[in-house]
Amino acid sequence: MLPVLQIGPLAIQLPGVLLLAGVWFALLAAERGALRRAIPAERMTNMILISLVAGILGARLGYALRFIELYLEQPLALFALNLNTLSNFEGFIAAILAGVICIQRWRLPVLDVLDALAPGLALFMIAIGLAHLASGDAFGAVSSVPWSIELWGAERQPSQVYEIIAAVLIYGFILRLQQHTFSPGFLFFALLTCHSLARLFLEAFRGDSLIVAGSLRMGQVLSLAVLASSLLALHLLSRRTPMSQARLERDRL
Amino acid sequence: MARVQRWIESPHRMGLLIACVLVFGSAWVAVSAVPAGATTGGLIPSPRRGFLAPDFDLEAMGSQRIHLQDLRGQVVVINLWASWCPPCRAEMPALQRVYEDYQERGLVVLGVNMTAQDGVAEAEAFAGRLGLTFPILYDRTGLVGKLYQSRALPTTFFLDREGVIQRVVVGGPLTEVTLRSHLEPLLEEGG
Repeated sequence: MLPVLQIGPLAIQLPGVLLLAGVWFALLAAERGALRRAIPAERMTNMILISLVAGILGARLGYALRFIELYLEQPLALFALNLNTLSNFEGFIAAILAGVICIQRWRLPVLDVLDALAPGLALFMIAIGLAHLASGDAFGAVSSVPWSIELWGAERQPSQVYEIIAAVLIYGFILRLQQHTFSPGFLFFALLTCHSLARLFLEAFRGDSLIVAGSLRMGQVLSLAVLASSLLALHLLSRRTPMSQARLERDRL
Repeated sequence: MARVQRWIESPHRMGLLIACVLVFGSAWVAVSAVPAGATTGGLIPSPRRGFLAPDFDLEAMGSQRIHLQDLRGQVVVINLWASWCPPCRAEMPALQRVYEDYQERGLVVLGVNMTAQDGVAEAEAFAGRLGLTFPILYDRTGLVGKLYQSRALPTTFFLDREGVIQRVVVGGPLTEVTLRSHLEPLLEEGG
């Protein structure tokens, strides 16, 4: 665990740097994915950047709305450089909405865009795992397995390491899958299937799960629903006529 | 890969797979179920959200001693700081204002000076200059810095009335709005 990297007088928040690196590599991967599908690369980059900015704005506004009286008194606090005053849910919704608006406005093919994003998202999941390892977040359950690690006052399952291994394997699988031709959307839902399966399995080793309905882990319940839905989506997509890369490009032109 | 695709295309096989996933997935969810509160750190002392704040007993400015455990029942802000650290200096007036406003509702602010890396004279001079009235504690041996795994200054911990850390902010300066928005929900609980 190394949350802060001290270089001379500079205290660098390593998890943040890892996430930024993840965004950078994901962006590059998405551009490459866009080119493979004859989607203008700059449109793809702009869409991702607009979504990111919208996500940050939405997260800050969402947080400010919860404490509207405080922010009305001091509106400049909206611009404070503080990651603790961001609201994840509102940020996520704002980012998705911005992405949808971009896709509609620029008339981009939705399923192809999702496929183009898939390798980048898979790469970003590795960055998230590394950021968790650096910060000690997403920590494991107390355990006495021989490979347990000392973290937060107890011997724990190295859940962050499991997360990284799963993300690397999934990334490799997605790269392999990308070499074959499938119906548009297939790659994205394959990624969703793999990640929800991994989360369903690995959440059991976490020590920080959110508990719902008395004793169930929320991450697992959601993953199970996403897994079943994405398998259904894969089935429906596979029944559509697979389009070759050449035909895809010809259609666009 | 073609075989996998054919497999996925078959409605019977895919239906069976989804049914199996739901059955075995639900069984796995049930097997890995845990009682509420078992996964939140609970009573293990550790300097992160959801865990019990590590206890300490330190000398405060004015020769009194403060034992963290004695503050149970109150919302506590532990601010690790040093007089040579610009963001620490910048956020102190906001901490003071918040302390003055919320003291009656059960807020205690502890300004833990990293005396091992600073100096008592410097800390006292700084607190006097700003007119800080909340307790300034001296971490002469660096024990609290170690217990709270301080890697950057300032670092601020927000504790609920049970002594459980509800938020950790590394770096600063914290604005008054940020402080108030973090404290309001804690003060409302059991206040």
